[in-house]
Amino acid sequence: MIFKGNVWKFGDNIDTDAIIPARYLNTSDPAQLARHCMEDADPDFVNRMKPGDIIVGGENFGCGSSREHAPIAIKAAGISCVVAKSFARIFYRNAFNMGLPIFESAALADAIADGKEIAIDSAGGTITVSGSGRTFTISPIPPFMEQLIADGGLMRHIAKTRK
Amino acid sequence: MGYTITEKILMAHTELKDIAPGQLINARVDIALGNDITAPIAIREFRAAGGKEVFDRDRVALVLDHFTPNKDINSAQQCKTVREFAFEHGITHFYEGGQVGVEHALLPEKGIVLPGDLVIGADSHTCTYGALGAFATGVGSTDLAAAMLTGELWFKVPQSIKFVIYGKLRKWVSGKDLILNIIGRIGVDGALYQAMEFTGETVAALPMADRLSMANMAIEAGAKNGIFPPDAVTGEYVSPRAGRPYTLYASDPDAVYARTIEIDAGALEPQVAFPHLPSNVRGVSEAGHVKIDQSLIGSCTNGRIEDLRIAAGILKNRKASPSVRLIVVPATPLIYRQAMHEGLLDIFMDANAVISPPSCGACLGGHLGILADGETSIATTNRNFVGRMGHPNSEVYLASPAVAAASAVLGRIASPEEL
Repeated sequence: MIFKGNVWKFGDNIDTDAIIPARYLNTSDPAQLARHCMEDADPDFVNRMKPGDIIVGGENFGCGSSREHAPIAIKAAGISCVVAKSFARIFYRNAFNMGLPIFESAALADAIADGKEIAIDSAGGTITVSGSGRTFTISPIPPFMEQLIADGGLMRHIAKTRK
Repeated sequence: MGYTITEKILMAHTELKDIAPGQLINARVDIALGNDITAPIAIREFRAAGGKEVFDRDRVALVLDHFTPNKDINSAQQCKTVREFAFEHGITHFYEGGQVGVEHALLPEKGIVLPGDLVIGADSHTCTYGALGAFATGVGSTDLAAAMLTGELWFKVPQSIKFVIYGKLRKWVSGKDLILNIIGRIGVDGALYQAMEFTGETVAALPMADRLSMANMAIEAGAKNGIFPPDAVTGEYVSPRAGRPYTLYASDPDAVYARTIEIDAGALEPQVAFPHLPSNVRGVSEAGHVKIDQSLIGSCTNGRIEDLRIAAGILKNRKASPSVRLIVVPATPLIYRQAMHEGLLDIFMDANAVISPPSCGACLGGHLGILADGETSIATTNRNFVGRMGHPNSEVYLASPAVAAASAVLGRIASPEEL
């Protein structure tokens, strides 16, 4: 699959309280959560981002609380995927389990500037920067995780394998 | 080649004869936990997958502790969703109202989680139960749905970091100070995807309450789990509470670790984590003059009776500074009752504290202790991220109950030595 969009760059240790503050956790409705996506990291983010845009984070993206509301808010806001140097482990499992595509590329996270357009080829394992044509490699995903994505998340994978 | 305690527990929950770090496994789950924030999504996913029955109604725990007593209509709806699901499925371990406590204090107290268990919880601080010698890890709501349906879940076997801690702790230095110091050393991703195994003479002498505080914050170093080798202290805590058999595991002498970190804890002073990361740690003597508006004593990290006794010892015959709102949150109904019988509640009320019902509310900026623009709280909780306890321009400093109590009296971050 190809994900093409403009980059919204964030730093290291973006925690799930920044992605979706707890004051909004009295609902799990994706549309309501989407309105507050990234609010405590960038209050204007949801007003300026466009559907298909891509979040690029640093180390330990999604650390802190286990709230699945975080990847739900990102996905419902219209972000196509997240690239980071590394992901906190609960965010990592949540993203695969609920179907938010995420990719690890430390080199891209270092090199890319805010607002640049990139195209991610998930099957080819590359990220290309529009204009310059510079390419980066994505860390390979374990086969089981690829299967989860192909099946449309953990619950669909279980429904398929239990039959 | 030997196995670590984490590897042994994971392997015992599969049919595998060997196991290695990095391996993806499917393992049986002993207890699956959810709360009023995370369980509603899990219930939605469970039903969407055609779930009719939970895998074992005695092995699911649903605890309405976050936005309770219900803080608003939406929160009440979320609790209603979980309550109806719990009654429909006859969930044995369902807690709300006057029976509810902060989940990670409640489950060990009631003997619901035991040594050798594999526990998953849709709450990041599920790692607390590692204090008992269990493998316990935080997961998401979809994971909880899968575990409630199948009784199993996928895991990546983690590497382990061995912490060898020695030296006699000074007065006022607790497990909370040890874990803050460790997070300060290795960083908020210093144990990312790894197990933190706590060993050494200092650990062996630590009471269970301190071990629970330490394992609780393993997630703040990015760890998958924190774990203590079960010993006599474990046995004393667990044996009167356990309603089912349990297994004590120990790491083999030739187990393999990603790294070993030795810590001399004898020289340590009480620690404070400055905003906005739990790793931003200094000794309390280096805190400088930090004026506070609120002091929060409670949470799954430090809301146990031992914590309240320490705070009451400092607050006795003293009052909170007029500029400080002191909030004390006994973590469970049993702790509340003990504090009442021991006269601790009188001490807190005489110090002008608010005594909250058991709830996670204040810690995560939900309710019962929200900070305004520009306000500062010292808290015995586990996170000090931007906006964690309220306004995005508020600040949280993390410390032990002793430091939080002394700070409440002096109106600034302070060591009990200063009183």
